[in-house]
Amino acid sequence: MKTTFLLNGETVTAETSETETLLDWLRLTQNLTGTKEGCNEGDCGACTVMVQDVQGIRALNACILFMPQVAGKAIRTVEGIRGDNGALHPVQQQMVDKHGSQCGFCTPGFIASMATAHAIGATDFNDRLAGNLCRCTGYAPIIRAAEAAADAPVPAWVASDRAALDTLIGSPELPTSSDALAAILTEQPDTRIIAGGTDVGLWVTKQMRDLGPVVFLHACEDLKQIDITDTEMRVGAGVSVETLREAIAPHYPSFAEMLRRYGSTQVRSAATIGGNIANGSPIGDSPPALIALDAQLHMRKGDTRRTIPLEDFFIEYGKQDRAAGEFVEAINIPLGADGLKVYKISKRFDQDISALCGAFNISVNDGKVTAARIAFGGMAGTPKRATHVEVALIGAPWTMETIEAATDAWAQDFTPLSDMRASAEYRLDVARNLLTRYFAESQGTTTSVLEVQP
Amino acid sequence: MSVNRPTPHDSAKLHVTGAARYVDDIPTPAGCLHLAFGQSSVAHGTITAMDLSAVRTAEGVVAVLTAEDLPFENDVSPSIHDEPLLATGTVHYVGQPIFLVVATSHTAARKAATLAQIDYAELPPIFTIEEAMAANSRFEEGPRIYSRGDSARAIAASPHTAEGVIDMGGQEHFYLEGQAAMALPQDDGDVVVHSSTQHPSEIQHKVADALGLPMHGVKVEVRRMGGGFGGKESQGNALAVSCAIAATLTGKPCKMRYDRDDDMVITGKRHDFRISYKVGFDHSGRVLGIEFTHYTRCGWAQDLSLPVADRAMLHADNAYFLSNVRIESHRLRTNTQSATAFRGFGGPQGLVGIERVMDQIAHQLGLDPLEVRKINYYAEMESADGGLSAPRAAAPLPPEGISTKEKQVTPYGQEVSDFILHGLTDDLAARCDYAARREAVAAWNAGNPIIKRGIAVTPVKFGISFTLTHLNQAGALVHIYQDGSVALNHGGTEMGQGLYQKVAQVAAGTFGIPVDQVRLTATDTSKVPNTSATAASSGSDLNGMAVLAACETLRDRMAEHLAAMRQATPASVRFADGQVQVGSETLTFKAAAKECYEGRVSLSATGFYKTPDIQWDRIKGEGRPFYYFAYGAACSEVVVDTLTGEYRILRTDILHDAGRSLNPALDIGQVEGGFVQGAGWLTTEELVWDAKGRLRTHAPSTYKIPAVSDRPQIFNVTLYEGDNPEPTIHRSKAVGEPPFCLGVSVLMALSDAVASCGTAYPALDAPATPERVLAAAQKVRGHA
Repeated sequence: MKTTFLLNGETVTAETSETETLLDWLRLTQNLTGTKEGCNEGDCGACTVMVQDVQGIRALNACILFMPQVAGKAIRTVEGIRGDNGALHPVQQQMVDKHGSQCGFCTPGFIASMATAHAIGATDFNDRLAGNLCRCTGYAPIIRAAEAAADAPVPAWVASDRAALDTLIGSPELPTSSDALAAILTEQPDTRIIAGGTDVGLWVTKQMRDLGPVVFLHACEDLKQIDITDTEMRVGAGVSVETLREAIAPHYPSFAEMLRRYGSTQVRSAATIGGNIANGSPIGDSPPALIALDAQLHMRKGDTRRTIPLEDFFIEYGKQDRAAGEFVEAINIPLGADGLKVYKISKRFDQDISALCGAFNISVNDGKVTAARIAFGGMAGTPKRATHVEVALIGAPWTMETIEAATDAWAQDFTPLSDMRASAEYRLDVARNLLTRYFAESQGTTTSVLEVQP
Repeated sequence: MSVNRPTPHDSAKLHVTGAARYVDDIPTPAGCLHLAFGQSSVAHGTITAMDLSAVRTAEGVVAVLTAEDLPFENDVSPSIHDEPLLATGTVHYVGQPIFLVVATSHTAARKAATLAQIDYAELPPIFTIEEAMAANSRFEEGPRIYSRGDSARAIAASPHTAEGVIDMGGQEHFYLEGQAAMALPQDDGDVVVHSSTQHPSEIQHKVADALGLPMHGVKVEVRRMGGGFGGKESQGNALAVSCAIAATLTGKPCKMRYDRDDDMVITGKRHDFRISYKVGFDHSGRVLGIEFTHYTRCGWAQDLSLPVADRAMLHADNAYFLSNVRIESHRLRTNTQSATAFRGFGGPQGLVGIERVMDQIAHQLGLDPLEVRKINYYAEMESADGGLSAPRAAAPLPPEGISTKEKQVTPYGQEVSDFILHGLTDDLAARCDYAARREAVAAWNAGNPIIKRGIAVTPVKFGISFTLTHLNQAGALVHIYQDGSVALNHGGTEMGQGLYQKVAQVAAGTFGIPVDQVRLTATDTSKVPNTSATAASSGSDLNGMAVLAACETLRDRMAEHLAAMRQATPASVRFADGQVQVGSETLTFKAAAKECYEGRVSLSATGFYKTPDIQWDRIKGEGRPFYYFAYGAACSEVVVDTLTGEYRILRTDILHDAGRSLNPALDIGQVEGGFVQGAGWLTTEELVWDAKGRLRTHAPSTYKIPAVSDRPQIFNVTLYEGDNPEPTIHRSKAVGEPPFCLGVSVLMALSDAVASCGTAYPALDAPATPERVLAAAQKVRGHA
């Protein structure tokens, strides 16, 4: 497949297999070895590159970015990140001055993430750099460097890359609408759909699987739409998790806060909401919240469309209500559920897969629970509602006594597994405790360590 | 002077522009082949059948080697020849290399390596400490025991006693650059090896044995590593030897790098430890007698486990004088990865044992743990009299019946003559407002039912020197070219710690020239032979002195020649500010070099250093294993969610002793990075094996090293300036490993927070994942 894009300011056309990664292409064919392979699965950020398209500038992990995904975009590797007039880029100069590199292996990835943040004026560095692991410095000097560079002018090439995109034709082979995608999938129903590739990428890099026929949906602009009314938000399946986070924050700040921790900036910027649902993972982080909100899923096969409650999509582990050739087109998220809280529990706060993730949508009127939808990931083979707990709450007074009375209902709803992330006992205990947290939070008690200042 | 200045890392500009080359970045010669191991899928068993036909016929495969195909030694052990490169009939852990695929690409080799059909007759595996103890599965004939006084009697006679057990997990190095090597075949069967290794001479040695060559037939070069942390002291042997063998057999360059998951599954990690203890103490918390038993899972091969376990014993005292003490150490053989060196080399594990004891004593007596720690400290170094150039204020000696001299002797008989933790700790406590913050923490906890805070100060006293005494040597080679530029080489390797920069500063300082006039060249076994691993925090101490010796030799030769030409005395020649002053004449260093060259003065010299005054009997546990000690202390404050066990580090203040720092910026970098790595070890970094012995945490998706937001929100690191009383390189101190131990303050702060949930002692194990923290909180609350 031919892919045309801008590489460090020059237009290039690569002829590769559909599942060749950008990282391998850079390192093995272009001798651009500044971009490093640290983990080959999108978890360490050593391969981070800066990617610009008409929607903006993002940092992405090149190790799980397939070549067709960069079609029509402007890529900057560390070799192409520089200042004006032969100087170092401000983040590079500050990394030198603040002693931000030790072994230097993670540094190119940090530079790409930092230059991206710098270009868009972002200063939330703990989030911007959550996907870049450093084992030497303890991060302190890197943050000092990022802060020191924040106010320096953005180099001119950022704008010139953007200007050059307008005349760039990425790849004529990619479908550019959901209609085209539907047609491809009708013709060959076993075609593998690749959206962000943050999960499928690992099938290639780690399991070394041959994916068979594939189709990329990132060029389908109509799948990236978000439409908001007074009562609901319709989110196209191709909307990135990062875009969803920004869109949903005014409506559901707790959901947005969970999405902040869904994955690193690099992962959130690649991953799509459709992919997070359609891959059916029991530990996907968006389904619990969406189920608690009673989101509706729009499925499409050819020209046939159907809408189902999201919770019905997940049948059992590894099995979803999706026919061959069918795809997720959009999801409708009801708005106005003021009681929604979403809690993600993991060993590490950032860039970690949940041990469990719970979403509570509880309504209280006159001191009584009038409605409750509670859903969890990580507690069963699918994202699943805590129906017995809901029953124990609905109609009862909103008190600790009610919550304690629901203690036994949790084990009726969930029989979690033990694995490397957590034991079954921990999962069940914490699921219970999260309802206590929800209650305490509703009473104004401090419940999050993230809110405590030194 | 170029030393003592905070100059940037010599490769900083190369790092930030992506131009710094690591092994996998070296342009590969045409026809380069790539290697991957086929690995054991069982933890213990004999291979009954092996069908490699699908591997051999896979796309891109050039050759497949098994143990039978190896021409000479089949061994990559750094110690006792118990670690075959490729398994010889019996496999000992999941991930053990069984065969070697040689293919046209990295991916082709990896793919093919998964296609073997291997049948095993499984044998009972040994995974746990209990299983190993029951089977007496161990290295050495029995436990090592170091003791002094009569601990049992002292404990029995004590007014208070306590006992307990702490488990602490191992740690994956997670160097960002995985293991990698490349071998290039040379004339007459020789080979050049590029390796990401902390120990080029050992790579040279193992490759020579594997090829049946004298060591002079193998040249190993290391420009830099993308992190080492001990994980590249011995674990690179298998890759380098494989490349060398494959290159010799095929006549082509061969390269091997582990994919991250393979790296984590195949290579050794930090030793996990269980330490049980029994202690007797008085009303003030002073330890009267103490007994430790160490159990460590060494994995399937010995590797460096004996000196690691020794060092754990040697740090069982940490900063505390123990009059009656017994330490028993069991080095257990298990069917897991062969545990290996990792920053601190057992020291941190031993130290955690006594820090747990201090915490528990304080809890039992209701005292401030810092007061208990201080009352048990060794006696402070006597101040400036005695010729020690230590400007640091000596703290008052703790009042008690025994003499200072007695309170300065370790359990293994070494005098602690440089102890500075009284003054350092008081300084730290004042800087970070410890007393007031401890009260504020208590007040917060009284008012918050769910979110609890905790604060703790822990010290480190870390012994500096290889305990295998003969390793404490280093060599250097320095050239001055006729244009006045200086090239130097030494046996140390650069893994990010800034060794090259520090050594260049030493050389530049000796010649009085700018640092950029000195070029460090890649570490190369053909330039400096018989080097020791860059390990044990020794890099600058040993190599800095060797380089200094070589530079002084050259400077003296130049001075002698220049003086002779001008009727001056050599002693009057001054090298400073890029100039050489001879009598009344001043010439540039460049002109001086040219004049010396034309005067037929040899401008190349070697330098050599061996650490003086150390000797050690590791069987008896007696002697002076360490040239000196490095010190530091940290105060950490944490906040804990007692509903979920989640936590954050709110603030950490560190005061650390790097002696007269060669480069304060680089040293602070070591302290910041070491602390965060140490905190990671004790908090989120959890290694999990399943019942079949398969490592389940074999990638960063499941093994969680600290991310950027895990560093303390407020993070103040200061060097405790002062000369090393010993005449080390410019009176500096080693700084690689000691600050790692300061991460212990986080574990103790978590313990402090959890303890506020009730009256029981938390006895928090490590890594203190949210799950363990919650379990401890539930126990303290009486809910467990």
